[in-house]
Order: sequence, then structure tokens, then C-alpha cells
Amino acid sequence: MQKMLNEEIQKQLRQVFSEMKEDVTMVLFTEEGECYSCAETMGLLEEVEELSDKIHLKKFDLNKDVEEAKKYNIEMTPSFVLLNSKGEYEGVKFNGIPAGHEINSFIPALIEMSGVKQEVPADFEARVAKIDKPVNIKVFVTLSCPHCPGAVQKAHVLAMLNKNIEGEMIEAQTFHDLSNRFNVSGVPKIVINDKIELVGNQPIEEFLAQIEAL
Amino acid sequence: MSFNFNFNLNETKKAIKLTNEDVIDLLVIGGGPAGLNAALYAKRKGLTTGIIAKRIGGQLLNTSSVDNYLGISQVSGEELSEKYLSHLKELDVGILEEVEVENIHKSDRLFEVLLKDGTVFTSKTLLIATGSSPRKLQVRGEEEYSNRGVAYCAICDAPLFKGKNVIIAGGGNSAVEAAIDVAKFASHVTLVHRSELRADQILIDHMNHQANITIHLQTQILEIIGDDKMTGVKVLDKQTLLERVIDADGIFIEIGNLPSNHLIKNLVSLNERGEVIVDEKNMTSLPGLFAAGDVTQMPYKQIVIAVADGAKAALAANEYMNQNF
Ligand SMILES: Cc1cc2nc3c(=O)[nH]c(=O)nc-3n(C[C@H](O)[C@H](O)[C@H](O)COP(=O)(O)OP(=O)(O)OC[C@H]3O[C@@H](n4cnc5c(N)ncnc54)[C@H](O)[C@@H]3O)c2cc1C
Repeated sequence: MQKMLNEEIQKQLRQVFSEMKEDVTMVLFTEEGECYSCAETMGLLEEVEELSDKIHLKKFDLNKDVEEAKKYNIEMTPSFVLLNSKGEYEGVKFNGIPAGHEINSFIPALIEMSGVKQEVPADFEARVAKIDKPVNIKVFVTLSCPHCPGAVQKAHVLAMLNKNIEGEMIEAQTFHDLSNRFNVSGVPKIVINDKIELVGNQPIEEFLAQIEAL
Repeated sequence: MSFNFNFNLNETKKAIKLTNEDVIDLLVIGGGPAGLNAALYAKRKGLTTGIIAKRIGGQLLNTSSVDNYLGISQVSGEELSEKYLSHLKELDVGILEEVEVENIHKSDRLFEVLLKDGTVFTSKTLLIATGSSPRKLQVRGEEEYSNRGVAYCAICDAPLFKGKNVIIAGGGNSAVEAAIDVAKFASHVTLVHRSELRADQILIDHMNHQANITIHLQTQILEIIGDDKMTGVKVLDKQTLLERVIDADGIFIEIGNLPSNHLIKNLVSLNERGEVIVDEKNMTSLPGLFAAGDVTQMPYKQIVIAVADGAKAALAANEYMNQNF
């Protein structure tokens, strides 16, 4: 297969990755047979792994590695999660290939998972730390949506701040049935614990306010 | 299957953050073409300046392809916005993004700008470059089916309508562009407009080449109908005066924009369309308060025009500073 990332992007990414602090592992699940974009997602992650010593890739099959898939609640393919240097899952998940504009949520997630954290106000962090029930944030995106990576990044930032929170990107075209189930006709669409719906890229404040009100 | 990558270094490398420690010479509200260029010009004139914006790029981020910007034959709106932003970063212009200005007021000689989170910025002159936002059809069903069929961002949402029937409401450039963009995914696109097309001929020609686009002119949308999702629109054929239903799974509303004037509508004069009235040097009816771009009465809302308007406003603010401070 031809390279997914061109020379120019590879060069930029090498530079961006040089700022990573600790190691990060991408754990990818694909499956045999019909799987839209499984091959391409694997290709992309393999290329990204090549660009930094700190980035590692583990590959699993959803149907064969059932135990592994269970650890991260993986039910569809392609899906991958990021693990921190201790091999822990912090709730950062991608369903579908983060190509197009979504490369801009994927790369910051890698950098932040390596320990280069985004600055958040202390009182905000304290509020997030207080969330004590399981929270799942789904962010439906399309690859041609410039506003979407911002929303995905916020879900991931919240996930990294609290072990009870999981943030997942869902590429709407790949997971057509799921998108239909949640009536996605505009992106980004944010769904919290499968019941609260927000449309459009919202301030991170709004994400938190909705979570606190659960 | 092939995927492209719109990698954006700016997402990982942030601009200098604008702080509110000092009184700023020219504070710019809005990060679209007008606001960005105004900050560039102000900085080069030696003014202290900075930008506060909900989203850097403004409407550029909703534009798939810009083909009418001199010197660049084809560029995506986002790429153009990135080029603007890199230029500002080279000059160390402070930027505060993802924040919303809630209120503005002038006390004595200074402007106070209050953000939603409570932060206050103070400046000697102020530029409003808040642009415009999509106009709604204002028909029954529009709110009800919003995000259950009704959409406003063609490049974002077109892929969600793969294999479906989609209506585009409107007859200007953005409607015709949306029809072309959506036709790449949808099985069929119907463009519905209450009068005649007023888009650029080059775009109309392009649309006419697309086999899966039908055009209904002199047709007014009366209502968006459906059950739990939208199923179609009820229209009035203005020639036969007959009502009928056009079935569709979705509708993109591209009928122009409304000026985002709410921050200053009680401070300055507006025209009957709600646009801020400025003089030839972009000053509003309130001294020291300037406006530029789509939010003003300037005709023909275009990127190149907004950019130029921003430059003009910054130069005028500089002149005003020299005379008044
Ligand atoms: C789909 C589409 C396609 C287009 N295609 C073309 C084209 O091909 N060629 C062309 O020349 N023109 C095109 N245009 C028009 C062009 O994009 C606009 O004329 C131009 O963007 C106007 O620039 P502006 O800076 O005045 O405002 P905008 O681009 O609207 O920017 C407004 C800025 O203000 C910010 N803002 C608003 N309110 C607040 C607030 N309360 N607090 C903080 N920030 C705020 C926004 O976040 C944004 O940063 C297109 C427009 C659309 C919608």
C-alpha cells in the first residue's frame, strides 16, 4: 500500500513528536473480512509508530482477542485506544480512522498522553476530579468537519483528568448504524452517557456542566 | 479507498495568549478575515493589539474551497485561515480563542470588554469584527427538525447524507456550492429557491453539469415536515400557486447571513438590515469604536473585501489613537 502520510506531514509530525515526554502505546482492534477502513487505520498507525521511538503499536483482532477487547469496551472495528507509559487506559478512544481533519485530534491526544498536559485552571481541574460516576462521552464527527477535532480534544482532555470519564471519537460514516441510532445529522454531535445530546463544538465548561448535572 | 490528512500544526503550536494586564491600544473582537488582518496592520503600526474570538477563522472554516482570492487560484477556507494565523504568530500577536465576549461598554475614554467567564479587558480603541451567522428560514418545523435533518454546514455534514435525498434552500453562491458539495454524497439533491439564481455563472455551470441535481426556482418553502425525523418540505410553486411536498431526508439552509451585531446593537447606529453603520474610515457612531467586515453595511460579503476592510479599520484606529491619546 502507498504511504498514507506524505513527506511533508511526516516531517512536521517528527518534529511535533520530539516534544513527547513518556511512551505511549496505541492498542488497535481490527477484524478479518469486511471492515471499512480497517486496513487504512492499521496503515496509518504503523506509519505513526515509525515516526517516534516513544510511540508503540499493539494489534488485536476483535473476534479472536476477546479478553483484550473487553478491557477497553471495544465493540466495533476499527477502534483504538491510547495507553500511558504505565500501560494504563485513561479513556482516550478513537472509533474509525482519524484521517482528514481528525488527524488534529489524534496527534494532540498522543502528545498529551505522553505527559505534555494542556493548561487547565485549577478550579476546573478540581471540579473534574470530583466526578465519581462512570461517564462516557461520544463525539460523532465526519472527516471533512473543521470544528470537530476541537470537540474530540475536549472529551479526551476530560477523560485524562478523571479515570471515571471515557471520551471517544466516532467517525459517523464508518459507523453508520450507530450514527442513525443517535440521529446524527449534524456534526460534531456530543452524546453523554447515551442520553444527553449537544450539537456543535461546545466550550469545555459546557461539557463539564452537563456531566455534573447527570 | 483513499484518505487525505488536513494536518494543522497550529493546533499543536498555540499562539501567544492575550492577557488583560495592560490597557490595549486596539482590541479586536472576532478572528475572521477582517479581525485577523486588522490585528496584523495594528501590530505593524506599533500599536499594542490582540484578538478575542470564539473561533479563529470565522466563516472560512465552513468554506470548502476558495477560488476567488487574488494570487491563490484555489485554497480551502481552513488552509487560508491557517496562513493568516501563521502570519500573525510571526508577529507575536496575542490571541484568546474559544471565548465569547458577553458585553461591551465605554467608560470615560476607555472600553471595557467583559467575557462570559468574567474576565475584563480594557482598551483605548475597539474593533468589532464579529462577522455574520447563517440566516434561518423561519418556517414551521425548522427548529423541531434541527439536527434531525435540518443542517447549516454543508462541508461538515454532507457525508452524513450519503445515498439520501437532500434539499438545498437558497440561490446564492453558498447554496450552489452546497449543492455541488452535497451531490458528491447524496443520491439526489434538489435546490429550492423562492426567486431566481444569483450565484456566479461559473458555479451555476458547474452545478448544471451534475446529473443528480434538480433545480426548482420560484418555489417557496412553507414548512419542514416529518415524523421523528424530517421527511420532506412543503413548498408553494409561485407561478401555479399550487402547494406540494418534496420528499427529502435532509435540508441545508443556505439563504444568506445575518450580521452578528448583538454586542453593540445598543451602542451604535445600525441600518435596517441590522448592519453596523460605519464611516469611510470604519468608525461607528461611537468615537473610538470601529467595525469591519461582514458585520458592517459594506456591500458584497467576501473574504477579500473583509480582509481589506480590516486593514482600513486598523489604520484608521491608529490615526484616531494619534489624535486622541
Ligand atoms: C459556506 C460559505 C462559503 C463562502 N465562500 C466564500 C468564497 O468562496 N469567497 C469569498 O470571498 N467569500 C466567501 N464567503 C464569505 C466570507 O467567508 C465572509 O465574507 C468572511 O468570512 C467575513 O469575514 P469577517 O471577518 O467579517 O467575519 P467572520 O468570518 O464571520 O468572522 C467572525 C469572527 O467573530 C467571532 N465572534 C463572533 N461573535 C463573537 C463574540 N460574541 N465573542 C467572540 N468572538 C465572536 C467569530 O468566532 C469569528 O472569529 C463564504 C461564506 C460561507 C458561509
